[in-house]
Amino acid sequence: MRERQTERQRRSAREFEAFVAGAGGRLLHAATLLTGEPPEHNERARRLLTAALARTYAHWDPERGEDPYDRTRQELVARFASTAWRYHRHRDRATGVLARLTPQERLVLVLRLSEGVAEEQVAALIGLPSERVRVICTRAIATMRSAPAGARRVRPRAGAEGVT
Amino acid sequence: MSLPDRKEAEVRRLLEGPHPPVPPELTVRATELGLRLLRRRRAARWLMWLVLWAAAVAFTVWAARVHPWVAPPSTVAPPVEGL
Repeated sequence: MRERQTERQRRSAREFEAFVAGAGGRLLHAATLLTGEPPEHNERARRLLTAALARTYAHWDPERGEDPYDRTRQELVARFASTAWRYHRHRDRATGVLARLTPQERLVLVLRLSEGVAEEQVAALIGLPSERVRVICTRAIATMRSAPAGARRVRPRAGAEGVT
Repeated sequence: MSLPDRKEAEVRRLLEGPHPPVPPELTVRATELGLRLLRRRRAARWLMWLVLWAAAVAFTVWAARVHPWVAPPSTVAPPVEGL
């Protein structure tokens, strides 16, 4: 009984390792976009991803037919959403591609455009009606196109700055 | 390609940008953390069973001593004597 358990544990560990080797890069890219950090200094993104992956490891059971990638992304989104106020406060440090957006706009933009998640699924993930998701996405796209990609912290954005 | 699609594609290209390098210790750290989570969960389950078991034992001992199913002797009518 005990031997069979350790054998299964070892197999899970191997599968998990293979999963991280394959999907880690893409997940870390998504996490870094979410936190708005530059790719070279993405400590927050790494921490988020490590915690999300740990949950995936603890629940590892591919026989249940769950996609580990989806699971990890879901965990990542939940973690980011529940700690987003921290990222709000550290706006000055966010100098990544999406630094000009609010955490919520980043979340929607990354899920919709970079990860290609359907609007309804995004809405379910972050608990908003899908019309609202569409509005946020459109606004985020407009913001991204309104200023050159290289320029950082160009103009104070009304609404979003007022909240912090 | 319609206009909104073109805008989306433009931003999508921006998002594609340079990918951050994956730190080599990512798997190890995630595994460690995951194992810790598993251990904690196992400990919590064990504690729950322990509490349940203790409650069951306590109830059995109490029931065996007090016999709560036996009706207490009536205190209304006097005992019948000398029939």
